[in-house]
Amino acid sequence: MADLTTLTAAETASAIAAREVSAVEVTQAHLDRIAAVDGDVHAFLHVDAEGALEAAARVDAGEISGPLAGVPLALKDVLAQRGVPTTCGSKILEGWRPPYDATVVTRLREAGVVILGKTNMDEFAMGSSTENSAYGPSHNPWDLSRIPGGSSGGSAAAVAAYEAPLAIGTDTGGSIRQPAAVCGLVGVKPTYGGVSRYGLVAFSSSLDQAGPLARTVLDAALLHAAIAGHDPMDSTSIDAPVPDVVGACASRDLTGVTVGVVRELGGEGYEAGVEAAFHASVEVLTALGADVVEVSCPHFPYALPAYYLIAPSECSSNLARFDAMRFGLRVQVGDAGAEEVMATTREQGFGPEVKRRIILGTYALSSGYYDAYYGQAQKVRTLITRDFDAAFETVDVLVSPTTPGVAFPIGEKADDPMAMYLSDIASIPSNLAGNASMSLPCGLAGGLPVGLQIIAPPLADDRLYRVGAALEAALDERRGATLLASAPSLTARP
Amino acid sequence: MTAELVDYAEAVTAWEPVIGLETHVELGTRTKMFCGCPTAFGAEPNTQTCPVCLGLPGALPVLNGQAVRSTVLIGLALHCDIAAWCRFARKNYFYPDMPKNFQISQYDEPICTDGYLDVDVEGEIVRVEIERVHMEEDTGKSLHVGGATGRIHGATHSLVDYNRAGIPLVEIVTRPVEAGPNAPAVAKAYVEQLAELLRTLDVSDVRLEQGSLRCDVNTSLRRPGDAYGTRTETKNVNSYRSVERAVRFEVSRQAGLLEQGTRIRQETRHFHEDTGTTSPGRSKEEATDYRYFPEPDLVPIAFPVDVVEELRASLPETPAVRRARLRDAYGWSDLELEEMTNAGVLDLVVSTVELGAAAPAARALWQNEVAKAANEQGVEASSLPVSPTDVARLLALVADGTLTAALSRQALAGVLAGEGDVDAVVAARGLAVVSDDGALRTAVYDVIAAQPDTAAKVRGGNMGAVGPLIGAVMKATGGKADAAKVRSLLVEVLT
Ligand SMILES: [Zn+2]
Repeated sequence: MADLTTLTAAETASAIAAREVSAVEVTQAHLDRIAAVDGDVHAFLHVDAEGALEAAARVDAGEISGPLAGVPLALKDVLAQRGVPTTCGSKILEGWRPPYDATVVTRLREAGVVILGKTNMDEFAMGSSTENSAYGPSHNPWDLSRIPGGSSGGSAAAVAAYEAPLAIGTDTGGSIRQPAAVCGLVGVKPTYGGVSRYGLVAFSSSLDQAGPLARTVLDAALLHAAIAGHDPMDSTSIDAPVPDVVGACASRDLTGVTVGVVRELGGEGYEAGVEAAFHASVEVLTALGADVVEVSCPHFPYALPAYYLIAPSECSSNLARFDAMRFGLRVQVGDAGAEEVMATTREQGFGPEVKRRIILGTYALSSGYYDAYYGQAQKVRTLITRDFDAAFETVDVLVSPTTPGVAFPIGEKADDPMAMYLSDIASIPSNLAGNASMSLPCGLAGGLPVGLQIIAPPLADDRLYRVGAALEAALDERRGATLLASAPSLTARP
Repeated sequence: MTAELVDYAEAVTAWEPVIGLETHVELGTRTKMFCGCPTAFGAEPNTQTCPVCLGLPGALPVLNGQAVRSTVLIGLALHCDIAAWCRFARKNYFYPDMPKNFQISQYDEPICTDGYLDVDVEGEIVRVEIERVHMEEDTGKSLHVGGATGRIHGATHSLVDYNRAGIPLVEIVTRPVEAGPNAPAVAKAYVEQLAELLRTLDVSDVRLEQGSLRCDVNTSLRRPGDAYGTRTETKNVNSYRSVERAVRFEVSRQAGLLEQGTRIRQETRHFHEDTGTTSPGRSKEEATDYRYFPEPDLVPIAFPVDVVEELRASLPETPAVRRARLRDAYGWSDLELEEMTNAGVLDLVVSTVELGAAAPAARALWQNEVAKAANEQGVEASSLPVSPTDVARLLALVADGTLTAALSRQALAGVLAGEGDVDAVVAARGLAVVSDDGALRTAVYDVIAAQPDTAAKVRGGNMGAVGPLIGAVMKATGGKADAAKVRSLLVEVLT
């Protein structure tokens, strides 16, 4: 048997189902891999070896079967898992062990997925590099001196470093797709409401969405199918059948598919290497039979400012509950009263980026400013949704580069929030409109991965997989290998 | 800022009071507004909580459909428009008893708007316009420990009970009411009649003492014809009488300030039951900016029009309409109706009359006997072990002469003591009139009249002659009379 950590999730599941290997062996191989490389990568904040081996043993005992039974997974530390530390990358939640499971976690358990541990992230999912984690940054397995993207950077780094074949991330403005792009992975932000948010610690309720990170499109689809579907515990969860995302992965031909290249998501501000890899892939789409056209979404340039009003506004309210009263950090100085304890705890517990956004959001919602900021941003949001509606009248999917650049060196943008925010310029419109969106690896620029973004209308998540699977197969065939195979070996990689 | 209070009667000769009422009602739903936790009153602290109502990270609200239904029902009963589409909003402020540090409420899109309640104030109808009826969740409850008064001042620490957090509330807000000198009475009558309406709708148990109905009273003064003056908002008004007293006090206080030329501060004031006064709380001028925005965790409410119409059709008769109907049908006066309502026996009396009892007698018995007993025991009349069926039977027995009024009181005492239903008590206590002076005495007189000679013998001291007379009475009463009683009656009459 080949190294168990290099198998895809689909291969792993079928090997376990055929009893060629046990789930416990697979889990142990990944725990060993984590022990060997995570000192360098720092993908994990907490490894739950005991819980993982128990879950694997249940699969081996035949208690659970299914397309992902026994497959290990890395869980972003923003999802509540009963009894397991859940920090959101913040000091303010240090030591908190939730008394309940997020719906995503429940569904993973029911599918027999083995949760290895909790992954590093920008504090409360605010950032694009994991540098905002209170527990130190994660490192990009392609180049350890560079960022793995964010906020789901730990999840992406874990999959790219073969510490897990699958990971769950969350995406508020690109936090699954951007790390997927810079780590050479497939990452999907499902349709808003497609995956339950119950137990996902909210950053921006109207934008947050959990989704899969994987090394192949099929693996992402298998994980997507496992976690998606209506949940009565989340009022914003859509009560509709989950599109057949796994079936869509059989596609190898795009005849009859119209692909729109978004004019506003490219050109100025995008690195030449990124543009080159993207356009080369668009030509492959044409070769696969797709009808490629250019479309304009005129309001997209306003997406970033609108996002930086809506997300901080919601976060200023969502993060109010971290007040030392019922859970997490409590900074008690002398006999200070409740109000003072709240203020001191929040002062010491939150990092600078979180504070920046809370202040921004508090201001945007203030009486006298609401209409000019939050209200105006909501209008822009409507206009962006209309841009998409108009585009999808003529095309089946839209494409663009996922990010304007490749992985940048750790520290490069740490003191320049605006430069950091621009990392998400291409991914944010999908969050504002609630669309389904995927990033998949489409080439290299300067030896670092470039992501191609596919956008589909709400509830048409299967289109992402149809186009993504065909493109992936064609690119792998031309390359003679997966993109990730060209990543340099980590020192301790077997 | 302090000034002499102006005597109320004098104050209203120069100033016109304008009042407004904000009433919070706890809905009687089985579960909380946004989670499945039970709402029962009086449970051990923090036993009725879950991740949602504790505001744990990641938890999300799910709307209780029954709460929306109840709110729509209230809106309809108050003649409001029901919004075809509306949303919840977050009201943001920090307080330890508020788990999320925001309250899910409604702001600029309330579910019910523009209604009214016609209030009967001492026989005169005053229309109180309703601005809005909206839904929100309750907060937890702080208990301050270590201080002398249970207040936060001087306390060493505080405990929070989150059982109440997330209980569904409905807030009913009136428009300003130009109530004139009668303002205190109008305020009281409004709250009373609103409570009565809510009880009729069966949406809340409406208990002021348990806090399931809470009232804030806004009061301002103006010179007749002027624009409205600055208002104060008095909180903690926890009884009907206090509503009246709070308005009365604020009118006297504000008149005192205005007459010495002091501006009224727009502020929250607290009512003190013991002294009947108000004292300042937080000033509204430096009040929190609540940063309202639409609640993103809940989808908008589009309450179906057909269900609105269904509810409208199912609305029970309102208390005012009912009072008018009862007045016409049973001849009770407004005062009697009010007394029965206040004694908590109106429904019981009506049921008794519907079982065939005469209206005046039914009213008198419930009002004078049962309500008095309830009062003595400190309980509601409805919780005593006597039913309209019992009272109807009792009155029927009085009407057909089986029981006298005095005997019926004894029978009632037996029923109240749990000795069984009316017939069982009458039998067990031997209360039927045949064993009593009334009917039996008649039979005795009849027998004496029919047998004058025998009677004369007894009068002459021949006690042996009593025997035949007893036999005759026993025969006349069908054997139901108590022979010893008959004997003593005959002796009493003839000697
Ligand atoms: Zn609860």
